[in-house]
Amino acid sequence: MITLGELWARMFNFENYGELLTLVHNSLIAGAILGIVGGLIGVFVMQRDMAFAVHGISELSFAGAAAALLFGVNVVAGSLAGALIAAIMIGLLGSRARDRNSIIGVLMPFGLGLGILFLALYPGRSGNKFGLLTGQIISVDDPQLVWLTGISIVVLIGLLVMWRPLSFDSLDADVAAARGVPTRFVSLAFMVLLGLIVAVSVQIIGALLVLALLVTPAAAALRLSASPLWVPVLAMVFGFTSAVGGILLALGGSLPISPYITTISFSIYLIARLVGLRTKTRAGLR
Amino acid sequence: MTAAVGSTHRHPTEPVLSLANAALGFGDRVLWNDLTIDVCAGEFLAVLGPNGSGKTSLLKTILGQQQLDSGTARFDGHAVRRGDRRIGYIPQQKLIPGGTPMRARDLVALGVNGHRFGLPVSRASEKRQVEELLESVGATAYADEPVGNLSGGEQQRLRVGQALAGDPRLLLCDEPLLSLDLQHQRGVSELIDRRRREHGTPVVFVTHDVNPVLGMVDRILYLAGGQFREGTPDEVLRSEVLTELYGTPVDVIRTGGRVVVVGIPDSETHHHHHSAHGEANL
Ligand SMILES: Nc1ncnc2c1ncn2[C@@H]1O[C@H](COP(=O)(O)OP(=O)(O)O)[C@@H](O)[C@H]1O
Ligand SMILES: [Mg+2]
Repeated sequence: MITLGELWARMFNFENYGELLTLVHNSLIAGAILGIVGGLIGVFVMQRDMAFAVHGISELSFAGAAAALLFGVNVVAGSLAGALIAAIMIGLLGSRARDRNSIIGVLMPFGLGLGILFLALYPGRSGNKFGLLTGQIISVDDPQLVWLTGISIVVLIGLLVMWRPLSFDSLDADVAAARGVPTRFVSLAFMVLLGLIVAVSVQIIGALLVLALLVTPAAAALRLSASPLWVPVLAMVFGFTSAVGGILLALGGSLPISPYITTISFSIYLIARLVGLRTKTRAGLR
Repeated sequence: MTAAVGSTHRHPTEPVLSLANAALGFGDRVLWNDLTIDVCAGEFLAVLGPNGSGKTSLLKTILGQQQLDSGTARFDGHAVRRGDRRIGYIPQQKLIPGGTPMRARDLVALGVNGHRFGLPVSRASEKRQVEELLESVGATAYADEPVGNLSGGEQQRLRVGQALAGDPRLLLCDEPLLSLDLQHQRGVSELIDRRRREHGTPVVFVTHDVNPVLGMVDRILYLAGGQFREGTPDEVLRSEVLTELYGTPVDVIRTGGRVVVVGIPDSETHHHHHSAHGEANL
């Protein structure tokens, strides 16, 4: 049995907060950028109906990271390799939604199974093991955090540069192709960006919870607005708030950060739904 | 670029679109064979035929997205190529889902600069162009509405505006009137026809039901069962011609300026009947 007081102390503890803060300074930066980029890419994940793909990619990313852990190579690299392989396969084989979903449905349990196998074989601490599934940013070391941050920035720039052709392709691929958008390149490039950001998210929030940063913030934003400016802006604000808020709240307690992030992100979504219902004018935020 | 306008006869000028001995099939099935047809400036060609007869495949060929099995397809004197921005394309009407983060003007803007990479900031000249296009298709009133909130007819007007961006030399339309009510059918087809009359832009118009555009059509290409017939509406829309094409008795009935085709051996009959019924209610 755990008493309420103990529960509270495990969940929230703000003693020595200032010292702790300097310790996790880099994790905070990585989390903040991931929140922003995750919110932004989520807008396209929603439009392209790819939430399931995000989940599938994250399981293969988990398998890659677990393999890296087992063989003693860089875990971020393993995570990236798994995510990119999955993303590119889904991109190449699943241009139609129905094909895509069946490919993901096949890939996902395979990836998760492989990952569990590698973890079972891994002799190290169990904290590390679970981290890949449920988040471990505090245990990621600084050089790796620099990598995670760098990758997120690459994804951000890629999204901004491809914004218009990607919007066109997401809305109507046939017309986009007819009007000079290199649609095959754009779709594949999007999958690569998605693979990159999923790999980063797996490191920070864990393979099982990636959707909380790559889908929920954008879904909340779409409840509030249909403006091509406000939806991405709100999604980025929501992603940022969830990631940074989660890390800050988790800091003093002894629990992983993921439940804090997912709870904040879910609460934002609930509020957005309610507000969206209330302001059911035709446009909402324009 | 000068162009004669609204004519029903062949032009002495170079055709804008030219298919020669074109053939396409999938597996054992031939969609069309030895298809030779020229479309000149100012012409309105309606492409008719039952589902699966290869109408969309014909447009994909012109768009450079589908290779011919044999023969050639030339646009503006050159072999067709993928992503040619001088061709405007209006797709089959399919509703844009609510919650799409795009306003009416953004849909039109995709026609202006949607193919361009780079930071998504529109130039002043592009904004002006979007404004003009919105006005030309009568969409100014709802320019700032989210597209997902608009009716099928309103969305389709925007797609016409999108296709007219960049001054196309040819307009391809794939059943653009499908599932629109009669008023919007008329509105949208008139927009397309106006472009043809005012700029001489030829139109290839795929449709199930020829009636909404009957007054605009110069020529008809009727595809069915791996064969085709081509000619003026009076030449093609006749009981003997379609009976021979379908290989089964088909009646073409003309009543009050409308054409009703009865006896087509598949679901098409229903559609024609349905639209005839709709018109009768006017
Ligand atoms: N890429 C393709 N591969 C195989 N079959 C195809 C392909 N594209 C079209 N078809 C087939 O060709 C036929 C004609 O299709 P389509 O041109 O879309 O007909 P329509 O537009 O007249 O209804 C259909 O039976 C369709 O299944
Ligand atoms: Mg078709």
